[in-house]
Amino acid sequence: MHILKLIFKNAFRHKLRTFLTILGVAIAILAFGLLRTVISTWYLGVEASSASRLVTRNAISLVFPLPLSYKEKIRQVEGVKEVSYGSWFGGIYIDEKHFFANYAVEPETYLKIYPEIIIPPDQKSVFFRDRKSAVAGRKLAERYGWKIGDIITLKGTIYSGNWDFVLRGIYRGRDENVDETAFVFHWEYLNESLKKTSPLRADQVGWYMIEVTNPNIAAEAAVKIDRMFKNSLAETLTETEKAFTLGFISMTEAIVIAIQLVSFLIIFIIMAVVANTMSMTARERIGEYAIFKTLGFGGFHITGLIFGESLVITMVGAALGIFLTFPAAKIFGKELSTYFPVFIVEPETIYMDIGAALVVACVAALFPAWRAVNIRIADGLRRIG
Amino acid sequence: MGNRPPIVVIRNLCKSYFRGNQVIQVLNDISLDIDDGEFLALMGPSGSGKTTLLNLIAGIDKVDSGIIQVGGVDITSLSETELAQWRAMNVGFIFQFYNLIPVLTAFENVELPLLLTGLSKKERRTHVETALSVVNLSDRMDHYPGQLSGGQQQRVAIARAIVTDPTILVADEPTGDLDRVSANDVLELMERLVHELGKTIIMVTHDPRAAKMAHVIKHLDKGVLNAHPQTDF
Amino acid sequence: MKIPIAYNLRNLWTRRITTVLTASGMALVVFVFAAVLMLAEGLRKTLIETGSNDNVVVIRKASESEVQSGVERLQASIVETQPEIATGKDGKKLVAKELVVLITLPKRGTDKPSNVVIRGIGESSMALRSQVKLVEGRMPRTGTAEIIAGMSIAKRFQGGGIGETLRFGMRDWMVVGIFDAGNTGFSSEIWGDVDQLMQAFRRPAYSSVIFKLLDSSEFQKVKERLEKDPRLTVDAMRETRYYEKQSEIMARFLRILGLSLTIIFSLGAIIGAMITMYSAVANRVFEIGTMRALGFQQKSILTAFLLESLLLSLIGGIAGLFFASFLQLYTVSTLNFQTFSELAFTFSLTFEIIYQALIFSLIMGFIGGFLPAVRASRMNIVDALRAS
Repeated sequence: MHILKLIFKNAFRHKLRTFLTILGVAIAILAFGLLRTVISTWYLGVEASSASRLVTRNAISLVFPLPLSYKEKIRQVEGVKEVSYGSWFGGIYIDEKHFFANYAVEPETYLKIYPEIIIPPDQKSVFFRDRKSAVAGRKLAERYGWKIGDIITLKGTIYSGNWDFVLRGIYRGRDENVDETAFVFHWEYLNESLKKTSPLRADQVGWYMIEVTNPNIAAEAAVKIDRMFKNSLAETLTETEKAFTLGFISMTEAIVIAIQLVSFLIIFIIMAVVANTMSMTARERIGEYAIFKTLGFGGFHITGLIFGESLVITMVGAALGIFLTFPAAKIFGKELSTYFPVFIVEPETIYMDIGAALVVACVAALFPAWRAVNIRIADGLRRIG
Repeated sequence: MGNRPPIVVIRNLCKSYFRGNQVIQVLNDISLDIDDGEFLALMGPSGSGKTTLLNLIAGIDKVDSGIIQVGGVDITSLSETELAQWRAMNVGFIFQFYNLIPVLTAFENVELPLLLTGLSKKERRTHVETALSVVNLSDRMDHYPGQLSGGQQQRVAIARAIVTDPTILVADEPTGDLDRVSANDVLELMERLVHELGKTIIMVTHDPRAAKMAHVIKHLDKGVLNAHPQTDF
Repeated sequence: MKIPIAYNLRNLWTRRITTVLTASGMALVVFVFAAVLMLAEGLRKTLIETGSNDNVVVIRKASESEVQSGVERLQASIVETQPEIATGKDGKKLVAKELVVLITLPKRGTDKPSNVVIRGIGESSMALRSQVKLVEGRMPRTGTAEIIAGMSIAKRFQGGGIGETLRFGMRDWMVVGIFDAGNTGFSSEIWGDVDQLMQAFRRPAYSSVIFKLLDSSEFQKVKERLEKDPRLTVDAMRETRYYEKQSEIMARFLRILGLSLTIIFSLGAIIGAMITMYSAVANRVFEIGTMRALGFQQKSILTAFLLESLLLSLIGGIAGLFFASFLQLYTVSTLNFQTFSELAFTFSLTFEIIYQALIFSLIMGFIGGFLPAVRASRMNIVDALRAS
């Protein structure tokens, strides 16, 4: 017989209570894991961005455009390898509740700068040729059951009217963290229509995407670009893609902080539940601990027994919770794909789960162990019977 | 036998408790010698301090003043940790309510104190089997306490007490919770331990039949050992 | 015969640690539950206060928000002449042609840029929004590069304070006044002369036309007329509805998040309560047997244990609400996904939320305590008495 066996037997002595506690821990770890995944998803865009890509936009704010004529000037800046451009379209599919990102780009340069967007070659060549065509991400196409050749109508919010696009390609991400819910079409199509309806808004782009030859010169190139357009009608602000994405995220910081806070609250709640179980258990067994002591077992052994039991209960619960996190994340990700285009459980989240469970187990065992170790044997024995 | 030094030497032992803010003197200047191989019964009314004296001898309670030597060691000078180690080697306990661990089998309960020794698994097995055969329970070693009768449980507890071959055995009302037949079995077993195996037993009891089995009877009343043992039960 | 409540109170007191642990678990759940409700309520309040039910917002058809909209001068003047528009104290029509653009400004202290709404206002803009009051300085003079800033801007953005200047649209703008707009979205805006701003941003068209109805019930009539007018391509909606639509996605996000959290959390708390109550029953088997032997009914035992669980949850609920009430001191400011502008709102505690949170905690206590109480009441008297 080993002490370990005794710990396991003790843990499952009070079957109902242990079962309830394990269930509680599993739910808490599941919730914790999902919330941590929400947070890591929030920052996923940052992770997916490349260090050798820059974004140039109007210095006033993103809603102000830049002239198309900047393209050639930017291309001539030292270290710039490729320039592409695009405009936020902000069209609505069916109604506002069916939100997904849609924008107009210059397709050939765009796909060169973003090699992580993969379109089958045959679809790609048709997409390049057909100006009224568009490509959609795999998940987006799945969500609405779109097939190649379907006509998709978006209602313009920034550019009025109904816009029809023929779906010519479905792209998938090279890496897991690529957003597969975007809808992309030809900037030329948008521009030609604008030339007819509101010529003042034509030949303007929302932003430039720039690839530099080497990440080390990205900062330098950004400064050069901005200096070039200083004191012009449309001053520019150039940042690395990472900084650009982070800028967006920092504006939603309050939500991230709230979620972070809540995820720790969950751990506190489950700490209270497990600590409660352990203190009840230890109170009931104080007599047994006294017997162990009379037999010559020291405080070390008794502490080990209580910590061990707490660990067994929490770890079984945590394992169950972690196991459930994956299918839950799948369902969660599907239901909330409007908010979170990509929803994957990162290995760090699992480490945090385990860490949190360890902390819960130890904190919960602390006080009962202290009490069991310090009780006088004579008092402990008196409690029996 | 008589020439050997006593195994337990107690001198000027005092012990008091607080109940609220009232001091209760439980043991008052007790001196006592117990010889090796002796079967001693401590008797006295409830609250006379007999269990306290037993606990002090067994090293699970601390004295206020005085000396307790067991096997030549002054246990009043030992630290909590040293005391635990000392108990593991030198004291075997037998309680009124057996105090077995319900989730462990008879075998595992008896094995428990051996886990504190450096014995190998195989050696432990031999020791446990021997102890269980002494108490005549070799066929019940895989039973849980809940599956055994009171007398059987007490015999398992005795096996647990002797498995480490301790210097002294202490028993607190060992027959207090048993029917007459089981109580006789347990007392005969204890008597055999003294006679055949040369154990020293210190027993607290209310039961005159139990006391009769003992070699020596001491009476404790209001914290003082009675010099003239009465036999008026 | 009823078992006195004092019995339950004393039992809770005797098992203090367990009581505190269970109640604090429940308190945390109620805290989160209340916080989510308060957040949703705060957002709703902000939106309601920002819009007025009598005001009508006219923007370009399908443009969804003022920032994306464009109403050309000719169209704006057609809207201006609608007969249902109310007249102000000074005899002028309560209508304003406004420009709304987003700009990026650095925050004080951190230097982090954030989006800010700049609104070009007309003469009646202030009168149209009774909740906006100038608290410091004066109004900008027409035809100058003068602006007034909302309190929240003045506090949190570089150059937003009175006497300071902000640079945008290749000009420096002097802050000559600060306005207080309470909890409304206007607090995070900068206002200036509409014609000056249109020039600076080279915008040929207004963003929206706002007017106040003489008679609120005439909204449908005006709306139909404007939307059917062949010279116009506009949407007209009540200002309240407009602001509600602006944060629909945010509100839905808060709802989904809040609902899932509440479900998960309450499961945890119910389990905690159940553990506590089961052990309360287990520890008191002898007592229960004694009480039954004394002649208490099964019903009384059931009630007593349920009551104990309800008391426990009530303690937790009150503690949770107590801590949640401090959240009212915080303002949440975040990016509105729909408009890309900043949305600031506070946690708001109402009597309805207090009432809902307490009911919620009692329900948790009831569910958690029910099964253990049933076990207690069904106990066999003889067996219970034998247990010691």
